[in-house]
Amino acid sequence: MSSVANVQRLPRVPGVGRLTQTRVAVSEWTKLWSVRSTRWSLFAAFLFTIGVAALACAVVSHHYPRMSPQDKASFHPLEVNLAGVQLAQLALGVLGVLIITAEYSTGMIRASFTAVPKRLPVLWAKAGVFAFVTFALMLPAVLVAFFVGQAILAGHNIDVGFTAPHVIRVLVGAALYLTVVGLFGLGLGAIVRNTAGGIASFAAIMFVLPPLMNVLPTSWNNAASPYLPLQAGEAILSTTPGGHHLSPWVGLALFAGYAAAAIAVAAVLLVRRDT
Amino acid sequence: MIEAHNLTKDYGKKRAVDELSFVVEPGVVTGFLGPNGSGKSTTMRLILGLDAPTAGTVTVNGKRYRDHQAPLHEVGALLEARSVHTGRSAYNHLLALAQTHGIPRRRVNELIDMVGLHDVAKKRAGTFSLGMGQRLGIAAALLGDPQTVMLDEPVNGLDPEGIHWIRNLLRGLAAEGRTVFVSSHLMSEMALTADHLIVVGRGRLIADMSVDDFVRRASGNIVHVRSPQAEELRGHLVASPDVTVTVIAPGLLEVSGLSAPQIGETAAHHHLVLHELMPQQVSLEEAFMELTRDDVEFKTGVGPAATTEAAA
Repeated sequence: MSSVANVQRLPRVPGVGRLTQTRVAVSEWTKLWSVRSTRWSLFAAFLFTIGVAALACAVVSHHYPRMSPQDKASFHPLEVNLAGVQLAQLALGVLGVLIITAEYSTGMIRASFTAVPKRLPVLWAKAGVFAFVTFALMLPAVLVAFFVGQAILAGHNIDVGFTAPHVIRVLVGAALYLTVVGLFGLGLGAIVRNTAGGIASFAAIMFVLPPLMNVLPTSWNNAASPYLPLQAGEAILSTTPGGHHLSPWVGLALFAGYAAAAIAVAAVLLVRRDT
Repeated sequence: MIEAHNLTKDYGKKRAVDELSFVVEPGVVTGFLGPNGSGKSTTMRLILGLDAPTAGTVTVNGKRYRDHQAPLHEVGALLEARSVHTGRSAYNHLLALAQTHGIPRRRVNELIDMVGLHDVAKKRAGTFSLGMGQRLGIAAALLGDPQTVMLDEPVNGLDPEGIHWIRNLLRGLAAEGRTVFVSSHLMSEMALTADHLIVVGRGRLIADMSVDDFVRRASGNIVHVRSPQAEELRGHLVASPDVTVTVIAPGLLEVSGLSAPQIGETAAHHHLVLHELMPQQVSLEEAFMELTRDDVEFKTGVGPAATTEAAA
């Protein structure tokens, strides 16, 4: 007859393993790579970082002979090279939100929290795995973007060497910055538990808040703006430290602090709220 | 074994579960029965710690669920609401859950075959029909070879073959000594599967008894007797107190308060002829309706029950 007759007995497992943080991390690794949209977002962030940098360098390189002296003076080969990072941060921030909110929208979170009823290991594993994957992908992306971009700029002798001042700090910093962007999105997503709300709050805090500061008196604006998440984080990308910016590593640390705070709030809520 | 003690859950002002106490024993299939909205799913979420109780406690195999070192080994659960990422394949869904406990891939494949999802294991779960989704949920519930299996409305969306399969599966799991706790709003389904019943209405415990007792209690010991000497028999039967006899047709009596053997013996004692002696078992469905009539959350607004309610 059909297969129903012989399936009543459940095959026994000899001693099921305990739940551990490492095992939850392995599970989150599987979850991250087994959803198409995640793979595409990571792939897109990788390609944007390299492709947009190459494009920007090619355009600048083409226009350079006709640029005004002032423009030439303010031109920095590393800044053009980071054009792709601006786009990549959007993809990674949104992905950070999605990694957690998609579990809520699909109901997967109930399965996750049934397997891991203490819940926090899921959040730590998501943050850890996502941070690792982002950094491991974006560091090579930024480096490839640098060498490709500078090779293009070298045609007009306006390139910068790998060992020139700030270069290594900016490149490694860019990968770290993107990692923190993703974690910030993850924290916000875990607080809001809703994809649209998570992306909106991420975009509002990162990109809407800074221009809103302009309504403040200039002195207030100058005093407060460097401490906003975006400005603080972008200090690590600066080729001309000083002025109204925080110093590079202080800025990045502050940005990481914001992300950590968002994840901490999410952790408290995660344990307390019903699912 | 599941033990709930004064389990209570409020959502805002609404009380979903109201001081519920019960024990679900291993080795039998326990049906968890109640009309829609009576707090069955909430109770199951409380057992798993997905929701926190407002008051009371619930333990699984002696501990709160979250305090177990290998939760999937203690309880396997299928929840009523879908709990699968729609963009992930059935295989990867199960694999990710298995990995949290170090359960090998071999086990994942075994369960996929067992629930009959072999051909669609690599397809995204979002493309699954309701029945396939249920099978995937059941596979997830059984991954950890759990001592306690808890399924919320498992036959929802299953075809007759699937329903038959679930029944056999549940009976098999109970026969292996596991605790099996299955909710349903369909009494007829429970009649075929469960040994024991926990019945709730509006979050409160209505009954906690074996299926046989449940029917016996609800049917109130009514026996129909057909006899050419009905009038004479009636006279002997009503001699004892607590017995009522109604003549429902010439030669046909409805007796309540006596069992069929007692009536037969009375008749024999007085040398009366019996043509039929029929214990009137109400169906489980009727028993269930009778018990939960006052505890239905959403009434249809027609019928006597609703009318009385409105008048009150």
